Amino acid sequence: MRDRPSDLPIRFKAVDYRVGPTAILSGITLDICPGEPMLLLGPNGSGKTTLLKLGMDLLTPSGGRLTFAGRPEGIGSRRAIVFQRPVMLRRSVAANVAFALAAAGRAPVPTVVAHLLRQVGLAGFERRPARRLSGGEQQRLALARALARDPEVLFLDEPTASLDPAGTKAVEDIIIRIARAGVKIVMSTHDLGQARRLGGDVAFLVAGRIIERGTSPNFFVSPATEEARRFLAGDLVI
Amino acid sequence: MQPIAALDLLFSADANLIAIVRLSLAVTLSATVFAALFGMPLGAFGALVRFPGREALIVVLNALMGLPPVVVGLSVFLLLSRSGPLGELGLLFTPTAMVIAQTLLIAPIIAALTRQVIEDLWIEYRDEFSAMQVGPLARVAALLWDARFSLVTILLAGFGRAAAEVGAVIIVGGNIDGFTRVMTTTIALETSKGDLALAVGLGAVLIAVVMAVNALAWGVRRWSEKHAG
Repeated sequence: MRDRPSDLPIRFKAVDYRVGPTAILSGITLDICPGEPMLLLGPNGSGKTTLLKLGMDLLTPSGGRLTFAGRPEGIGSRRAIVFQRPVMLRRSVAANVAFALAAAGRAPVPTVVAHLLRQVGLAGFERRPARRLSGGEQQRLALARALARDPEVLFLDEPTASLDPAGTKAVEDIIIRIARAGVKIVMSTHDLGQARRLGGDVAFLVAGRIIERGTSPNFFVSPATEEARRFLAGDLVI
Repeated sequence: MQPIAALDLLFSADANLIAIVRLSLAVTLSATVFAALFGMPLGAFGALVRFPGREALIVVLNALMGLPPVVVGLSVFLLLSRSGPLGELGLLFTPTAMVIAQTLLIAPIIAALTRQVIEDLWIEYRDEFSAMQVGPLARVAALLWDARFSLVTILLAGFGRAAAEVGAVIIVGGNIDGFTRVMTTTIALETSKGDLALAVGLGAVLIAVVMAVNALAWGVRRWSEKHAG
């Protein structure tokens, strides 16, 4: 599967995204390249989800230039996303993964389905109705569906936002394993503890703009902007 | 004493009663199948495709759910009568005419409810399908499959409506003994004649059929919740 064309680097150059007169993102310049995880930090409404959707090519920029390995449109089969509240198909756990495999052009054979479910700790769940899983289990199933695409870049939109600590730990462990396997992780979160644990690069957004970039240690130890300092201190940043 | 006479008819497997029940089920099942073949694709089309006049189509379909059976019967009668555009086919006062009338009566119900179910599911699935790059045909197939239990319930609702209908089939069928007489038209006729035994017996069968259909719908729903989520 690895001989398919790459979509990396995904390059945002002064990208804007507007809904009517409202600017959701403004002047975003960012390169998503292979390597360490990239964490998008920022308060609710700062544009993190929109940036992820642009990276997935699910939205079209209102302005600026967005390219995928130099092309204006991505190939897509090497990108995957897990939404904050993933929607489970009204099928069994195994059928959900099989559907994702088929959509990605891969044969939905039971051994591959079983392998993907093992990767996310859902071995033995094959026949269960997907919608009856717990929130954490549904997130892991969504990760298995994403992995069915054999992605080179995986966008994660606050995947642990509604999970308890045990569920959060289980999902984080999977994300770390995926990252170590060479998949580029681009993840939004407003959980500072999680951002510290996952490390990598940080892009800090406020009101639709990236106002600070840096490595995780630098960002957390010596933030360069007043907004980042206030955000890390737990103050309201709007 | 009428209920006892009715029970006698039921338990003695009266040939006349069985013929009426058999024709009723044949007409209603045929109409449900044809209405589904027409109504479900139309509903799915209305749910998934944006085109000029879509809103008007939805309003019309929703309005037609309350279509008066006698108006449907009259329309089909005019269509199939000797001087009508399809008069040469000679279908008036035949079971085929009754199937046509019931099909026209329940197709809008099936189409409108299908549209709503598929559209609701599409709104739910849209982002995931876009992210997975699911193609148009695969989308439709997946939506229909995942909505299968709701669609079965819709079919059963259409079947129930057709089974209980009397106005349209009596106009286009003529209630001819041994040929186009079905349960509802027989009940109406026998009641007007004061011969209530057959009417009560058929009423019991009709209620049993409707109850069975509803029990089936309930069972399908429960099974789907347990096994398919």
